[in-house]
Amino acid sequence: MKQFLVFVKKEFYHVFRDRKTLLMLFGLPIVQIVLFGFALTNEVKNSKIVVADYAKDIASKRIIDKMEASNYFEIERTLPDNKAIEQAFQEGNIRLAVIFPSGFNDELQHQNKAQIQVIADASDPNTATTLTGYISSIILDYQSELMQNNAIPYQIIPEVRMLYNPELKGAPNFVPGVMALILMLVCVMMTSVSIAREKEKGTMEILLVSPFRPILVILSKAVPYFLLSLINLSIILLLSVFLMDMPVNGSIVLLFLESSLLIITALSLGLLISTVVESQQSAMLISLMGMMLPTMLFTGFMFPIENMPLPLQIISNAVPAKWYYVIVKAIMIKGLGFSAIWKETLILAGMTLFLLVVSLKKFKIRLQ
Amino acid sequence: MTDLINHMNNPPVISCKDLSKKFGSFTAVDNISFEVKAGEIFGFLGANGAGKTTAMRMFCGLSIPTSGAATVAGFDVFKDTEKIKKNIGYMSQKFSLYEDLTVAENITFFGGIYGLSNKQIKEKTEELLGRLHLENQAKKLVRSLPLGWKQKLSFSVAILHQPKIVFLDEPTGGVDPVTRRQFWDLIYEASDTGVTIFVTTHYMDEAEYCNRISMMVDGAIKALDTPANLKKQFSADSMDAVFYELARGAKRKAD
Repeated sequence: MKQFLVFVKKEFYHVFRDRKTLLMLFGLPIVQIVLFGFALTNEVKNSKIVVADYAKDIASKRIIDKMEASNYFEIERTLPDNKAIEQAFQEGNIRLAVIFPSGFNDELQHQNKAQIQVIADASDPNTATTLTGYISSIILDYQSELMQNNAIPYQIIPEVRMLYNPELKGAPNFVPGVMALILMLVCVMMTSVSIAREKEKGTMEILLVSPFRPILVILSKAVPYFLLSLINLSIILLLSVFLMDMPVNGSIVLLFLESSLLIITALSLGLLISTVVESQQSAMLISLMGMMLPTMLFTGFMFPIENMPLPLQIISNAVPAKWYYVIVKAIMIKGLGFSAIWKETLILAGMTLFLLVVSLKKFKIRLQ
Repeated sequence: MTDLINHMNNPPVISCKDLSKKFGSFTAVDNISFEVKAGEIFGFLGANGAGKTTAMRMFCGLSIPTSGAATVAGFDVFKDTEKIKKNIGYMSQKFSLYEDLTVAENITFFGGIYGLSNKQIKEKTEELLGRLHLENQAKKLVRSLPLGWKQKLSFSVAILHQPKIVFLDEPTGGVDPVTRRQFWDLIYEASDTGVTIFVTTHYMDEAEYCNRISMMVDGAIKALDTPANLKKQFSADSMDAVFYELARGAKRKAD
């Protein structure tokens, strides 16, 4: 036991005396959260639009006011005619144009029907779709205001509720994804690099000649990185709660337990990588390439897995982070308990066990 | 050499009989048999690729032999590798202390994994720092020490837990002759306390410092005697010539 503690202490010295390791360990999560939270959001805010108002009546005014009041749009200017609209699009800094035909309010009042033309720059189709959606809901909103005054029969209004994420915020989606990404990246890299370093520097040989058992070498490397990863996880959670207004609806304890499972998965993956490489550099490279891309692609937080071709969907099942992502979303956003995620947990645990056994076996074989 | 006669009456601490190690069809170590007596300084020589490292790994319990028999410190290399590890020290050709730990932290760490108590570690640390005149460097990172000092420290750490045998794998690579001489003073000091020294080297002046030398060629031991007797046997005037005479017949290419 004392041997073990001496070893763990040494690992902490390594971590705290190496600025690069520290930066990777604690800088990476902060940068990622801030990056995904502010820069890479898929919400479209403050889009510049132009308005051509031929009507200039009470209805068009009201709708324009509403658009301006939302923080999705920024009305750059009002234009006199259609030709100017085309020109504005070609200049490239506006996303959308709204045109009110003359007599807009009259038609609305007397025929119960009026038209608005919405022209979007669809060279970026996703943004265009999102923006027209925003406009539609603003117009709908105005419609329902009108309806309070005069009852129109047989009007069906679909009431859409966005479950779990009513405001359609970006954060709920990416925080679990970033958690998966960071835990995988940091844990795998840390373990594989630190074991590769012992090999590269020749200290591994000394350890193996000592009565300290090889399995304990592994274990005493795992413990510090496990603890540091939990601290890391807390930082991510604190950042997302206080910086992103991201709730933790479910049990924090369950969240930490499930995260511990993923950390152990990552540690065994790191061990596996370290058995095949000889230098710190290749350990770093393999960990980065091997973890970053599959986790980003196949977790589902950047690209929906349902839209992928079938072979890729099947491959995605082999990525541990995918299951963790499902679990974290269930706990953090939906506030569900263990009964809802036991299947995913079982799959993740199975993967962990498999990786652990394989990597320990490989590690042993190398000693011969 | 009165020393030598004393050693020859000592019990063996390493003994091997027809020891072999094969990797597939390649025989790295081919039926070697010899004994090393307690307190001896035993030189283990051979060209690169002759099989020295493989043999040494078997004695250290890092590699299980394919056939033959051997005991180290009285323990069987097939069954009792864990007990062997408690009774040996090892210093590799790569400098292998932790560079980002201080001198004192390294001593504490290696003392710790060999199971020394805190009190023992404290005593040993003081004694070791005193002997190497490193008292003022105890709190400095090992990285900042010159290579010669690092190697002396590395050797002292290898014998910290008072092993019966210490294995030195080309311990003096890359240091100047003066530092090498000082390093050998340390080896003699350790030897005087009864530690058996098993050392591989490429420097023939170091070979002269050993009580007995074995010469390994293509996995087999081609000669084993005192430096003086070997020179007589091959009618050579230096160990260089003896080494050349033997290694010339090697069929294996050095890697």
